[in-house]
Amino acid sequence: MTADKTMTPTDVVSRLRSGMTIAIGGWASRRKPMALVRALARSDVTDLTIVTHGGPDLGLLCAAGKVRRAVYAFVSLDTIPLEPHFRAARQSGAIEDEPYDEGLFHLALQAAAWRVPFLPSRAGLGSDLLRDNPKLATFPSPVGGEELVAVPAFELDAALCHLNRADRRGNAMFLGPDIYWDDLMLQAAPTGGRFISTERIVATADLAAEGCIHQLRVSRMMVDGVVEAPGGAHPTLCDPDYPRDEEAQRSYAASARSPEAWAAFRAEWVDVGEDDYQRKVWS
Amino acid sequence: MTVTRAEVCVVAVAEAFRGDGEILANPIGTIPMIGGRLARATFEPDLCMTDGEAALVANDAATVAAGDRVVEYWNPYRSMFDWVWSGRRHVMMGATQIDRFGNQNLAAVGDYARPRVQLLGYRGAPGNTINDPTSYWVPNHGPKVFVEAVDTVCGIGGDRAAALGEGGRWVEIRRVVTNLAVFDFATPDRRMRLASVHPGVTVDDVVAATGFDLAIGDDTPESRLPTDEELRLIREVIDPEGAREREVPDPG
Repeated sequence: MTADKTMTPTDVVSRLRSGMTIAIGGWASRRKPMALVRALARSDVTDLTIVTHGGPDLGLLCAAGKVRRAVYAFVSLDTIPLEPHFRAARQSGAIEDEPYDEGLFHLALQAAAWRVPFLPSRAGLGSDLLRDNPKLATFPSPVGGEELVAVPAFELDAALCHLNRADRRGNAMFLGPDIYWDDLMLQAAPTGGRFISTERIVATADLAAEGCIHQLRVSRMMVDGVVEAPGGAHPTLCDPDYPRDEEAQRSYAASARSPEAWAAFRAEWVDVGEDDYQRKVWS
Repeated sequence: MTVTRAEVCVVAVAEAFRGDGEILANPIGTIPMIGGRLARATFEPDLCMTDGEAALVANDAATVAAGDRVVEYWNPYRSMFDWVWSGRRHVMMGATQIDRFGNQNLAAVGDYARPRVQLLGYRGAPGNTINDPTSYWVPNHGPKVFVEAVDTVCGIGGDRAAALGEGGRWVEIRRVVTNLAVFDFATPDRRMRLASVHPGVTVDDVVAATGFDLAIGDDTPESRLPTDEELRLIREVIDPEGAREREVPDPG
């Protein structure tokens, strides 16, 4: 008998604890695991460190008061260049900030996945990144003596990603042009904390035919739980299944204008629960 | 044929990529994308360029429907570091603030710990500047952008590169192109120099719009105008929709 790893968003959240460090897949406002993020926003889990190529995942969790610390190289909604809820959290001093260069962010994930304490890079030298992120240290290279930046491995407790297709055991594929950093986040997170949602669960025998073999980049060795969540990346782009819902994103962004606007948005689009959310979106 | 300010900017951007050869030219922004395409369509045919997403494309047009793309290479975001770290890229980034040595800020305005205005974040600026030639595009040249000192150094400038010694050996701030003028760093201490003013702009206009002392020669030339063939390419092939005119409206 093979393991069936299917679960609900509530099951995923029940395995997350306050104070955890959670990586969230996707990129800006693209293929974000928003069904899982909304479930997290509704839960009593809080005090989180969020590691992300940030978009509405980080913004929504900031607005919901779940974030203690943001770990990122950028935060954007793509068609709305700056993420308003994240900006509000930064400008009010509500969250701690741990900035990266995009390449260093990549290396911190890779170091975690490979179980080495750090990886070296030249990126960051001479910039204020070394001032603003004291975890980044310089060292003389043992080969040649050149000064380099040591990028410590991220210490993740969990990773959440949304893939286009998956089977019940956790093999999964992206069907758009880019996997972003999803596979690396799932490899960098510890066993027991790696969760994916997917547009559709298919039989393992049918998986490869959903796209091309090069897109089958998430192995069941990287996954502990699978949630079937059609529309689970909405309102972010999840091509080729659906485009970004620009109108929904604009209304989300507008909810940063005042506490009242956020409370109304939250009641209508977060607290409703995922089933009602999806019914409203696609009706 | 009347040439618009935006078209002068397009040519100035293209000139920033002259001599780059077979590398990834990565101009970010509307006019940068058009200028990069112009360089490739004329004097720099070996440049590789992205579609802004996950492909390197051979099309001359700046904006192409997905089905009309001529794809040369699959270039997911992660592949970008292969080009950046191997020294095969020249990026043209934006700058919310830039100083006289080309130090750039796009992360946050004000005290970084509790910023007055949070922007995008460091993005890839530290890694871009330490590894490869970098240029900047500023469509709204003014004293709030051209500042005495940037609040946060994301992309490093020539002074910081010099202080690094060996570690800064690949730093080259090539060019800054704005809606008013073109700047380079061809000075002994790598300070920003006014290279040319766009037609209709005076040196005094540029000085008034700049919050630090520029290096200015005795006889600053005008930015070059597009040739007839370049104008045809810009207007009919690369940007037939006229997106350039929305980014930099013609002062008239």
